[in-house]
Amino acid sequence: MAEFSVIGKRLPMVDAPEKVTGAGIYTDDMALPGMLVGKILHSPHAHARIRSIDTRKAEALPGVRAVVTGREFPNKYGILPIGHDETAFATDKARYIGDNVAGVAAVSEEVARQALELIEVDYEVLPAWFDSEEAMKAESNWLHDDKPNNIEKEYHHAFGDVEAALATADVVRSQRFVCPEVNHAAMEPHSTLAHFEDGRITVWSSTQVPYYLHRTLANVLGMPMKQIRVIKPLIGGGFGAKSEVCPIEVQAACLSRKAGAPVKVTYTREEVFYAHRGRPHQIVEITLGAKRDGRITAAKARIIQDGGAYCGYGPVTILYSGALLGAMYDIANMQFDGYRVLTNKPACGAMRGHGTVNTRFAFESLLDMVAEELGIDPVEMRQRNLLRPPCLTVNQLRVTSYGYPECIEKVAAKSRWTEKKGKLPFGKGIGFAGSHYVSGAANAIVRAQMPHTTINLQADRDGTVTVFSGASEIGQGSDTIQVQLVAEELGIDLNRVKLVAADTGRTPVDLGSYSSRVTFMAGNACLDAARNLKKQVFGAMAKRWGVPADELASRDGRVFHRNGTSVSFGEAVAAAIEELGELKATGTYTPPVEAQGGKFKGAGVGPSPSYSYSAQAVEVTVDPETGEVKVDRITVAHDCGRALNPITVEGQVIGSVWMGLGQAVQEEMLYNQGRLMNPTMLEYKVASTLESPPVDTIIVESIDPEGPLGAKEAGEGSLAATIPALANAVYDAVGVRITTLPLTPEKILRALREKEKQKAGKNGGAR
Amino acid sequence: MDNELLRLKVNGERYDVAVPPNKLLLDVLREDLRLTGSKRGCDDSSCGCCTVLVDGVPQLSCVMLAASYPEPEITTIEGVARGGELSPLQEGFCVEGGAQCGFCTPGIVLVAKALLERNPNPTREEIAAALSGNLCRCTGYEQIYLSIEHAIKKLQPAPLEAVPGDD
Repeated sequence: MAEFSVIGKRLPMVDAPEKVTGAGIYTDDMALPGMLVGKILHSPHAHARIRSIDTRKAEALPGVRAVVTGREFPNKYGILPIGHDETAFATDKARYIGDNVAGVAAVSEEVARQALELIEVDYEVLPAWFDSEEAMKAESNWLHDDKPNNIEKEYHHAFGDVEAALATADVVRSQRFVCPEVNHAAMEPHSTLAHFEDGRITVWSSTQVPYYLHRTLANVLGMPMKQIRVIKPLIGGGFGAKSEVCPIEVQAACLSRKAGAPVKVTYTREEVFYAHRGRPHQIVEITLGAKRDGRITAAKARIIQDGGAYCGYGPVTILYSGALLGAMYDIANMQFDGYRVLTNKPACGAMRGHGTVNTRFAFESLLDMVAEELGIDPVEMRQRNLLRPPCLTVNQLRVTSYGYPECIEKVAAKSRWTEKKGKLPFGKGIGFAGSHYVSGAANAIVRAQMPHTTINLQADRDGTVTVFSGASEIGQGSDTIQVQLVAEELGIDLNRVKLVAADTGRTPVDLGSYSSRVTFMAGNACLDAARNLKKQVFGAMAKRWGVPADELASRDGRVFHRNGTSVSFGEAVAAAIEELGELKATGTYTPPVEAQGGKFKGAGVGPSPSYSYSAQAVEVTVDPETGEVKVDRITVAHDCGRALNPITVEGQVIGSVWMGLGQAVQEEMLYNQGRLMNPTMLEYKVASTLESPPVDTIIVESIDPEGPLGAKEAGEGSLAATIPALANAVYDAVGVRITTLPLTPEKILRALREKEKQKAGKNGGAR
Repeated sequence: MDNELLRLKVNGERYDVAVPPNKLLLDVLREDLRLTGSKRGCDDSSCGCCTVLVDGVPQLSCVMLAASYPEPEITTIEGVARGGELSPLQEGFCVEGGAQCGFCTPGIVLVAKALLERNPNPTREEIAAALSGNLCRCTGYEQIYLSIEHAIKKLQPAPLEAVPGDD
């Protein structure tokens, strides 16, 4: 008999049928009687004081039901308790082109658009800051008066003795890397439908964090949480874009409250780019010291993060950039200086691989440079610096399961690394890199003494079990995983488990879909709830049979006594309901104290109950005449603990690699004086089928001691390694090291010409 | 703009709707017929989420005036499963994980359906070429290929040796 009945099986997602038939409902698919269309007036200036707003003409337009400005809803909000610097609409200043100035609710989109044009705003244009290093030097005209020099936050961490360790190193290399801003570009533009009625409001929204939205709405609207209900319909992709409260979510609510009617606001694609909250532009200056044998003695990083106009998740992003220098390799001395800087551009935020991606690109590129200098093979270089878990890193991250060594071995073997590295003809190359990510943050954003996830189960007389979960399915398959875990633990068929999710009126609190936490935390809470439910079922049957409850087991849809007597699960449930009146159970998950990290300022970000690991080999063909890079193949191994459903694991891993590839070679938000030059799907260049290489996926199962049945994250950890692996492959192919993303043909060609020039200057030399 | 009476044939049904003559087919489908399976993912007809079949040919409903299509047979994602039974393509997208968030899925299933109707045995390159106008941000396209290949296999006429009782 197999160890598991539904775990580890290649099962379709439980919501797949409604997605393939078009029956599934996303927020913008909804319509309510009397529903109005909401549109937002955005600032045309990057930095301007708002002297006055005259809405009278807009209000007088037939069909307009409400016009709202900042004054009416002045309560500040923000995803972090330390960063409440946003309001529903600007109250004093507009801080980026696209900032929110006013909102209109009208009977049609046409009327709403006309009304926006009738709003008269008197702006006093101010000097603006577009470059993070310039913004830091600003003596005046700061974005926020309480943030001198436009520095939102800075952190300075030092562990061990970095300077001494660098002094004893045989090789010390430093390099500056630049990573421009990229956007999630989830296929579904954000959408919110708000319905204020009889002093209560219901909000349907494309959110990854219904609970945080619930709290924020209470704050902005000045209403108690009990009068607010947040429901998350299907979501067309998030990747972090919907993991903090997006302006339209509060704006739709304000408009509905004022109009007294349902209001739906859906972004255009251009508005999605301006709402942004994507991966920030970062300058990563990194230094590595290593001994002759390849052992890293110290790592030092100075990172300047161009955060845009508001706080958002910014301090968390910059902290991740420093913290996850750790938990990958054994590095005894580490220093991190991070600055989160405010500029007059759309606010950045969390994007898949939050904060870790640019650091990892820099680190793994530099590691290859050091390895080359030492004459050590890049794979070998990584193998010489492995952690020895269970361990606590120098920056207080607890690493338990660690499948990275196996990931490295399997990728090296499958990609035939040793046959190819440095041995391919000029123009062909192979590159290697690793990455990792948290399986949920060990510390909640909101400091509250409550479990990170609570799950309720209710069983019906026929043995059907309904899971009430606050967790947010965003396409990653978390609904399916929760159903699988409950079915597995109860020993019943998948189709006997139903799920009600992400409705604050019906489901208990889950903190949300971010930091790859759902499988780990909601999964563990599901198992806990199922065990509690089973206890009651066994208790009732044990009484009937006159046997001890611990002699009972449940599998294949039946409850057994060890003597062979059995009843169907449904009959056992009916027995329990008869005895108890109803059959309900609750389960929770709270990360263990030991996993919550150190005590220094900023120590809360980075700690996780467990980390996923990834290794990758990227193979490229570079045309030295044009600089064009063709990615021929990517081999990836991802350590996800136990693969609860290999189809969804593979989907997540391939999707991560592919998204990393986009950032590596073609994605970039281009600004001119704060104006986004490519806010469309045509110009932002998300890869189509024609630019997408085959990805060969290997699952490594390290079986985590605390993960649900040994599982850990699969949805983000593989993104970061793709970028440096590709940069390393380009170096292997044509001998140029590109340190500014993306690796466009122009940059590669320029570097090749520069190299030619140097070679000519030296009267020739090695390749 | 004043409404005009418009006649459409969608998924084998005839519909009469009163809409402005400049209304886009995507908006008529979503708002007037409440067929919300077709999605809007961009502003410039570059994502493919709104794809419908017009007499079997994939077209972007976000750039079509509904009034211009009174005669042809329009197929949306809602018209692919018949009698509550998933088509082999839809089944493929379920079992191979081709649908993650599902937002691009309707357009991609329709393009694949049109492809398999004119070429029942496409290579992976031919599938990639056919899908090059449909963006997906979740899958990296790998599991979409597997989903379509599932359908291709299922739609192949059974080889002679596979006839029941012939082993």
